[in-house]
Amino acid sequence: MTTTDTPRKVDTDSVPAVSRKRPRGAASGGLRRAIAPTALLWVLAALYGIPVLWFVLSSLKPAGDLFSLPLTLFPDDPTVSGYKEAWASANFSGYFINTIIVCVIATILTVGVSCCTGYALAKYDNKWLKAFFVCILATTMLPAEVMLAPLFLVVRDLGLYNSLSGIILPALLTATGCFMFRQFFLTVPDELIEAARIDGAKELSIFLRIMVPLSRPIMLTLAILSFQWRWNDYIWPLLMLNDPEKFTVQIGIQSLVGAQNINWSVLLGGSVISMVPLIVVFLVFQKYVMNADINAGLKD
Amino acid sequence: MTKRAPDASDVSVSPPRRRSKYTLAPLVLITGNVVLFALFFVWPAVIGLVYSFTNYTGVGSFQFVGLDNYQKLLGDSTFYSATTRTLLYTVLFVPLNFVLSLLIANVLVSKHAKGASVARIFFFIPWLLSPIIVGVLWRWLFGENFGLVNYFIEKVGGSAVPWQSNADLSLLVVVVAAAWAWTGFSMLLFIAAIKNVPTSYYEAAALDGAGPWRQFISITLPSIAPTSFIVILLNTIHAMKEYAVFASLNNGGPGTSNNLLVQYIYQTGFKSGQIGYASAASFVLMLILMVVAVIQMMVNRRVENR
Repeated sequence: MTTTDTPRKVDTDSVPAVSRKRPRGAASGGLRRAIAPTALLWVLAALYGIPVLWFVLSSLKPAGDLFSLPLTLFPDDPTVSGYKEAWASANFSGYFINTIIVCVIATILTVGVSCCTGYALAKYDNKWLKAFFVCILATTMLPAEVMLAPLFLVVRDLGLYNSLSGIILPALLTATGCFMFRQFFLTVPDELIEAARIDGAKELSIFLRIMVPLSRPIMLTLAILSFQWRWNDYIWPLLMLNDPEKFTVQIGIQSLVGAQNINWSVLLGGSVISMVPLIVVFLVFQKYVMNADINAGLKD
Repeated sequence: MTKRAPDASDVSVSPPRRRSKYTLAPLVLITGNVVLFALFFVWPAVIGLVYSFTNYTGVGSFQFVGLDNYQKLLGDSTFYSATTRTLLYTVLFVPLNFVLSLLIANVLVSKHAKGASVARIFFFIPWLLSPIIVGVLWRWLFGENFGLVNYFIEKVGGSAVPWQSNADLSLLVVVVAAAWAWTGFSMLLFIAAIKNVPTSYYEAAALDGAGPWRQFISITLPSIAPTSFIVILLNTIHAMKEYAVFASLNNGGPGTSNNLLVQYIYQTGFKSGQIGYASAASFVLMLILMVVAVIQMMVNRRVENR
C-alpha cells in the first residue's frame, strides 16, 4: 500500500508548487475549479448519509411520534424508550451476547488458520502446497449459499446443529484470509528465514516468533473483516439455530420484521443497537479497512 | 553485499533440493485449513451432487431417481420465475453499483474536491451495515403509507407510489438499496486502482489539451480495466446469491413474485424438506455462476489482448 501512496503524495505536493509560479488570477481559478467536484462529492455523500441519519433520528422518536405528520427530521422529544424496549422485550441482550461469542471466537480462529495457511503457501514450495492452493481457489467458486442443503446435512451429521459452533466452524474456511496473508508473506524477504535457519531456529518457531509478529497489520485487517462478516451473517445462522435462546442479532431483527404487525419503535431501536459495534470498530480501525487489499479476496 | 551475492545465486541454482527439505512444517501449518476444506467443502459438494440425483428428504432412506429432479426443475414455473427474477436483479444491480462506485471513487480521488476524507466515511458506513439492517432501513424509507419518500412525493404534489405492492417497483427498491449498501466495497477497489494510474499520463494528456472527461475515457477507464473486471465479477456473484436484503425489505413480496434463487433453495430444501430437489436447484445456481465466471474471464482476456 505504501508504494501506491508515495507517488500520490509527491503529486499533491508538486501541485501548489506549480500554481505558485502562475499569475495571481490562477489562484482564484483553483478555487473555482474546486466548486463543482466538491459540490458533487457532498451531494453524493448526502445521498448516502441521509438514509442512515433519518433512520437513526427516527429511532429516537417516541413510538407515538413515528408516523405523526408532518414528518420532522429531528425528534421533538428525543427518547431512548425504543432501545430500552428492544433490549428488554425481544431478548436482545441474549442475541447480542450470542453474536459477540460467535464473532470473537470465529475471528480469532479465522485469523489463526488463515495466517498459518497463507504463510505455508507463500514461503514453502512443493507440489502438495500448489495443489492445495488450487483447492482454496476453488472454494471461491462455490459460496456457502450454493451448498446450503448439503452443508446443512454435514454440519448436522457432525452433531453441531443448533449450536454456536455450527455457525463458527464452517465460516473459518475463507479464501480471502489465506490470500491476504499469502500476499503479505510474499513481500517478506526470504533472507530473514534463511538467517534464522542458519542460527538454528526450527521451522515452526521461525513462524511463531518472527513471522506472526510481523504480520500484525494483516491480522488486524482480517480480524475487522471477519468480525463484520460474522456480525452480519444471516442465512447460515438462520438454518443452524432452532432454539430462540441461541439466536444471533440479525435473526432477532429479522424475526421482528417478519411479525404480523411490525412494532417500528422496537425494530428501529434494535436495529440501531445492532449497528453500533461495527461502526465503533470501523471508526477505531478505519485505516486498516481503508488500506485493505480486498482485491485478492473473493469470498466472505 | 559481496558476501551475500554467492548466497543468493546459490538459492536460485538449487531451489528444489533446498526447499524439499521442508515438508513437515508446511504440512502442520496447513492442517487446520485442509481439515476445514475436507469437512465443509469437499464433503458437502460431493453429497450435494449425489443427493441431487435422489429423492432424499433429509431423514430416512432415499432412492436414486436419475435426472428426475433436474427434469422437474425444467417444468417448475416457480423455479423459472425465481431464476429470471435473480437474473433481472443482477442485470439491474451490477451496472448501477458499477457506475455509482466508479463515479464516487473518481470524485474522492480528485484533488479539487474538498473534504474527501470525511465524505468517504459516508459512503463507507452503508457497507458496514448488515443486509438485514439495510432491508429494514429501506423498508422504513419506502413505506407506502408512512415512508419518507412517499411523504416527499406527496409534498410536491405527486400521489403515493406503491413501493411494496407493485412487484417491479419493490424489486427496484431492493436494487437501489443493495447498490447503496455495496458502493463502499467497490469504491475501495476503484480508489486503489485509480491511485495506481501514473500521474504522468494525465499530465501528458493535459498538455495535449484533453479535458477531464476525455482523460477519464482515454486514460482512467482503460487503466483500471482489470479492477473493473473484478468489481463486475464480485458484484455479479454477490447479486446471484442475494437473499437477506430481500428477506428484510419485502420478504420476496408482494406475495412470492420476488423470490430469488437462494430463497427458492431455502424453501424447497428446508421448508418442504426436499433436500434432493433443492440440491439440484443448487447445482443449477452453481452452473450459472460458473458460466458467468467463464464468460467474464473470456471477455477480460479479449480486452487485455487488444
